[in-house]
Amino acid sequence: MQWETVIGLEIHTQLATRSKIFSGASTAFGAEPNTQACAVDLGLPGVLPVLNREAVVMAVKFSAAIGAELARRSVFARKNYFYPDLPKGYQISQFELPIVGRGAVEILLEDGSRRTIGVTRAHLEEDAGKSLHEDFHGLSGIDLNRAGTPLLEIVSEPDMRSAREAVAYARKIHQIVRYTGISDGNMQEGSFRCDANVSIRRPGGELGTRAELKNINSFRFLERAINFEIERQIDVLESGGKVVQETRLYDPDKDETRSMRSKEEANDYRYFPDPDLLPLEIDEAFIAAAIADLPELPDVRRARFVTEYGLGEMDAAQLTASREMADYYEAVAKAAGDARLAATWVMGALAGALNRDGLDVTASPLSAQRLGGLLARIADNTISGKIAKQVFESMWAGEASADQIIDQQGLRQITDSGAIAGIVDQVLSDNAQQVESYRQAEPPKRAKMLGFFVGQVMKLSKGKANPAQVNELLKERLES
Amino acid sequence: MHDKTLTELAAGLRAGEFSSVELTRAYLERIEQFDTDLNCFISVARERALASAERADARIRDGSADALTGIPIAHKDIFCTSGLRTSCGSKMLDNFVAPYDATVVARLEAAGTVMLGKTNMDEFAMGSSNETSFYGVVRNPWDRTLVPGGSSGGSAAAVAARLCGAATGTDTGGSIRQPAALCGITGLKPTYGRVSRYGMIAFASSLDQGGPLTRSAADAALMLQAMAGFDPRDSTSAQQAVPDYSGQLDADLRGLKIGLPREYFESGLDAEVAASVQAAIAEYRHMGAEVVDISLPNSGLSVATYYVVAPAECSSNLSRFDGVRFGHRCEQPKNLEDLYKRSRSEGFGAEVKRRIMIGTYALSAGYYDAYYLKAQQIRQLISEDFRKAFGQVDVIMGPTSPTTAFAIGEKADDPVTMYLSDIYTIAANLAGLPGMSIPVRPVAGRPVGLQIIGNYFQEGKLLNVAHRLQRESDWHLAAPVGF
Amino acid sequence: MSLEQSDVENIAHLARLAVSPEELEGVAGDLSNILTLVEQMNAVDTGGVVPMAHPLHMAQRLREDSVTESDQRDHFQAIAPETEAGLYLVPKVIE
Repeated sequence: MQWETVIGLEIHTQLATRSKIFSGASTAFGAEPNTQACAVDLGLPGVLPVLNREAVVMAVKFSAAIGAELARRSVFARKNYFYPDLPKGYQISQFELPIVGRGAVEILLEDGSRRTIGVTRAHLEEDAGKSLHEDFHGLSGIDLNRAGTPLLEIVSEPDMRSAREAVAYARKIHQIVRYTGISDGNMQEGSFRCDANVSIRRPGGELGTRAELKNINSFRFLERAINFEIERQIDVLESGGKVVQETRLYDPDKDETRSMRSKEEANDYRYFPDPDLLPLEIDEAFIAAAIADLPELPDVRRARFVTEYGLGEMDAAQLTASREMADYYEAVAKAAGDARLAATWVMGALAGALNRDGLDVTASPLSAQRLGGLLARIADNTISGKIAKQVFESMWAGEASADQIIDQQGLRQITDSGAIAGIVDQVLSDNAQQVESYRQAEPPKRAKMLGFFVGQVMKLSKGKANPAQVNELLKERLES
Repeated sequence: MHDKTLTELAAGLRAGEFSSVELTRAYLERIEQFDTDLNCFISVARERALASAERADARIRDGSADALTGIPIAHKDIFCTSGLRTSCGSKMLDNFVAPYDATVVARLEAAGTVMLGKTNMDEFAMGSSNETSFYGVVRNPWDRTLVPGGSSGGSAAAVAARLCGAATGTDTGGSIRQPAALCGITGLKPTYGRVSRYGMIAFASSLDQGGPLTRSAADAALMLQAMAGFDPRDSTSAQQAVPDYSGQLDADLRGLKIGLPREYFESGLDAEVAASVQAAIAEYRHMGAEVVDISLPNSGLSVATYYVVAPAECSSNLSRFDGVRFGHRCEQPKNLEDLYKRSRSEGFGAEVKRRIMIGTYALSAGYYDAYYLKAQQIRQLISEDFRKAFGQVDVIMGPTSPTTAFAIGEKADDPVTMYLSDIYTIAANLAGLPGMSIPVRPVAGRPVGLQIIGNYFQEGKLLNVAHRLQRESDWHLAAPVGF
Repeated sequence: MSLEQSDVENIAHLARLAVSPEELEGVAGDLSNILTLVEQMNAVDTGGVVPMAHPLHMAQRLREDSVTESDQRDHFQAIAPETEAGLYLVPKVIE
């Protein structure tokens, strides 16, 4: 029997403001417990919230980035429930009137196909603190440093049909928030967290009952959690059971989802407009100022890479995956003077070395200028691609420029035809028997045999002889 | 010297007739003498007050004194005071010492006032008789068997009994005006947003407003001058310039249009209270004011509306009292739910719990539209009634309370009857308008208040109208016997 | 509107208040009386009336994004019922 999966995501992204959404406490990660929780964050009696301008600016940027409807008037509401990491007993969020309305993003799948995923809304809200479960004589410890950190909760339409699509969508949102600089997107630190609503149905049938998978903090876990959940729901339904609407937690160690009973009861949140805050009204001038420094967005940049640099769609997508990578690539291309050569090297040698050393492109020991300098020497025939690999490794390990290394190690390509002729003649005289075989062979076989002589010449020249000249000269000598 | 108004006290301090330390000592002695019985104060800050008075005297000597420098006042125990317990009249906060000052406290401190202590109040400002206080009932200085009104009952009684020069209060549904009326003093609830709510423990955030309780309108002008103004820490604080209130006090009232809402003089109003209010209005006619009959057709719904809006907001505002970061925590909680339920049930009194439950119900799934949303809509209608009325008149007048002070215990077991004692004051809170209560002719030795409601940010006009009556009459000067 | 004792139990639980079995009847009565008062609102047709959440017609003011608060943990935790290692302690949180 066939099942269709229906997935919607709620993504909580922490906004990269300096201070909290409603207080002047720092949002820096990793401080000692409760040292960044001020009176407002602690919900002490009598204190009041005042909205951070930058959080609003960031929501406006996001809205522009996904072409969403931006509410000129939005309202903060209180979501009431008791939990120790929620100091006031309510979370300030937006409910009926969120700041960002309907929008959409396009995802590019691995097979090159594209799909549009709807964004229902995105709203500003405050983050909660953390419960630490290390044992304090049978008690839990509460750290409220994170309480009040601004979040943009981005809610998608139930438009995704597989875990892979869900991951592609989550990556797309991640890419957008990072490009626009509204979030550092750091998943280990919890700056980008996904909740997935998963249900299954007969193709074209009515929506099934959904389970909500909470707080998934890596793309890999997202895919695994959804796939586990799909299998679980199929098992339940095919064995005659019913899927229960509930919240489930993904356990990466066991690779399974399990019910979170503690979140089940009392889901009557009694939302109402927060009387401590007034309606948020934004005008055209505010919007214009907010989006003035919006960078070129990933989809636009990808399309430009295809037309401007003649790259394939998937290569362009890979190179624009992050703003930093795209910036790096463009700087390399410019310095090298050859965009396609730059693409090959950035996606090949550079990506490999970064991956090997576990580095982000921003931490690359090889600057775009230096790498570009190396590629320029390939482009102008100073060195061959093979020698360039060797130079690349030296540059990765040290400070020197490509030209310095080429000079110091004497790697400059031999283009002097006299010198090349000397080496060619040496090789031919050392391999008289092969020369004889070549001359007796049928022309179609000769091409392959020529490779042997080229190899010998390159070996003797320590790779420095210009391959094109070597080829030409060998043919001339062998055919004569 | 305790019988002097703030204006007179300030003049005496300036002229060197007495020092702030002497004045402070005099009030502290009166508190010691009378307060065991009246119970106006929850905390008295003797040493702190004297130290503050010494600083004030230094300021007076070096000429850097403001109008209120050296004047001993009291703060309702709802305003956070750094280093001095802020209980809000609740067992929940019996051990709570705020780590900061409310903006009102900071402003009055900066003005050089001397804080004598913190006054008694209905628990979390929920009550109209001061009987819901964890610290016991306050007695009305005019008759100790009577309630002083509430929730700012301690402040009103303390000012009436001359235990302080003036006091602060808060008014969510009448909590400044009604006790001012019942204790025979002047009380002013400013426009919503005029006085910062920062550090003022919230009851109902969209209704709460701090203001002064004083002996006269001129005193209220001095106090409001120091209390009012924009506060960047309160999003609902108005960015409006604060006018010179004292400078407007004496403006002529000829041609002033006074609206009398017919709904404020219908059944439910004590006939003698009505007569007393009418007598005061007659005085205004003599001063050249024009009296116009008006209608506030939806005002009859204000109590019903209020008992949805205020409980809804309080149910959420009081969720932070959970025994985790401050305040009362139960002994040996078995689990999280037990911690919450026992800490809150032990810490809150019956009236507070009642209102939390009403508000929780009004906001809960399935009832929100019928209760909360409906109330917000009627709030709009009530507000429109006033908008129309202020198209016709400059101020609105009527009784502050339907009766004079009632006996302690008389309404304590009947919440609904108690709620109806705020029938004339609540509408101004729902609309956010400024309102005052000033003493007029007493009935059988019990004070009566005239309520004056003004348009938004027209506190200057209210004080002017009140002051002119106080120039022509001496009802506000009467002291309870023995004080 | 008359509340059943079970309604009171539900409301009390949502509000995290303990109401003992002996108190239930009295509380249900008090709350029902208040709701009867409140239901006077039904006398008015409010169709099409815009709900009023704030008394003043102002928009939210925005604060500049700067860190203005410094660490006051010791000061704040001096009034806390139970802390250890800078953390507020509560009975075990089960997820």
